[in-house]
Amino acid sequence: MHTEPMKLVTIVGEAVLSERLPASLRSHGATGWTLAEVSGDGSRGMRTSPMPGDNIRLETVVSAAAAEEILETLATEYFPNYALVAWVADVQVVRGEKYR
Amino acid sequence: MTVGSILATNLLSPVVLAFGLGVVARLIRSEFHLPKDLYSSLSIYLLFALGLKGGVELSHADMSQFAAPAGVTLLLGCITPITSYFVLRRLGRFDAANAAAIAAHYGSVSAVTFIAAQTFVTAMGEKPEGFMPTLLTLLESPGIHIALFIGVLKTGTGRPMRETLHEVLTGRTMVLLVGGLIVGVLMGEKQWQAVQPFFEGGFKGALTLFLLEMGIVAADRIGDLRKVGGFLVAFGILMPLVHGALGVVLGTWAGLSAGGSTILGAMAASASYIAAPPAARMNLPTANPTFYLTSALAITFPFNVVAGIPIYYALARTLNGG
Repeated sequence: MHTEPMKLVTIVGEAVLSERLPASLRSHGATGWTLAEVSGDGSRGMRTSPMPGDNIRLETVVSAAAAEEILETLATEYFPNYALVAWVADVQVVRGEKYR
Repeated sequence: MTVGSILATNLLSPVVLAFGLGVVARLIRSEFHLPKDLYSSLSIYLLFALGLKGGVELSHADMSQFAAPAGVTLLLGCITPITSYFVLRRLGRFDAANAAAIAAHYGSVSAVTFIAAQTFVTAMGEKPEGFMPTLLTLLESPGIHIALFIGVLKTGTGRPMRETLHEVLTGRTMVLLVGGLIVGVLMGEKQWQAVQPFFEGGFKGALTLFLLEMGIVAADRIGDLRKVGGFLVAFGILMPLVHGALGVVLGTWAGLSAGGSTILGAMAASASYIAAPPAARMNLPTANPTFYLTSALAITFPFNVVAGIPIYYALARTLNGG
């Protein structure tokens, strides 16, 4: 099958951001995303929600340029005040046009 | 009845005992937690049942008695965030964002504290006014917005208040409570009887189970008490006492019965931990969630349920000549 390289951006953070983050992704050209409810702990041990285990994991497949923009936005708007982490991985996708 | 005997009766109620069990479970490091969906389901059940029953009562309540208590409730909704803010800022020396975020919690209301108060006074033989749940809906929103407004003003963060207003007004509590009230009023006493076994019969049991989880959650945060410092611990107990007394006094003055004034006092004394935290997190992100979550969940809520409500009741009884 013909595949092309794309970037998978994964963000794990506070559940309270569950609407703002996807909106941010869309504004940088992400055509879709997947959200899961997860629990875990981080380097600062911040517990930012009333109930335990309230985190989200957000994934989206985007172009390298969009991935760069997304990380910039996370660094300026989110990292300073919210508990979240993000990473980028290389993936090979089919139907590359779905992610542009 | 002495304050002591009122306190003792409350301590042995299923609600407080279940709360205590939750605390003990956490302290012995049990991993037990109510499943998240069960906790959500119970809160949906409690809020909707409260709204429904409230609406049915509202349909045959004496509304001429409603205006003064409603006015006083809105007044409390405006006073409590402001007094909290100034105490935290001036005496506690918190920065504007933290003071405002915490004040948003104390300016709003905990529906579960309302329910606990209502359950308590009914067990004491009082008959609180039928429109009390309607007063509850009046208290949810103004406090949060006033406090957040002060905070945003002082810190200059730019999120549009319109979004927050929408979020708070369309949150689960408002939809189920206001919606339940409307449904209750429309369906009336006769139709209520068909669903009454489910919504009224199971109510106290559901509340007991819910408080079990609240005990676990509160005890979970005991470690954070050290992080928040002595001032906030004292604030979490004294501010509710002040607001609670104010609520009881204003409620009695507005013509509420002893039961009704107690509930109003409990509402004024309570701190929100459902609607306020996300609103604070989104609008005042520099505020430390440990402060507001710990004070609302681990200090004020347990205090009100265990000791506060009986105290406000004792005050209400005294003012009513009992």
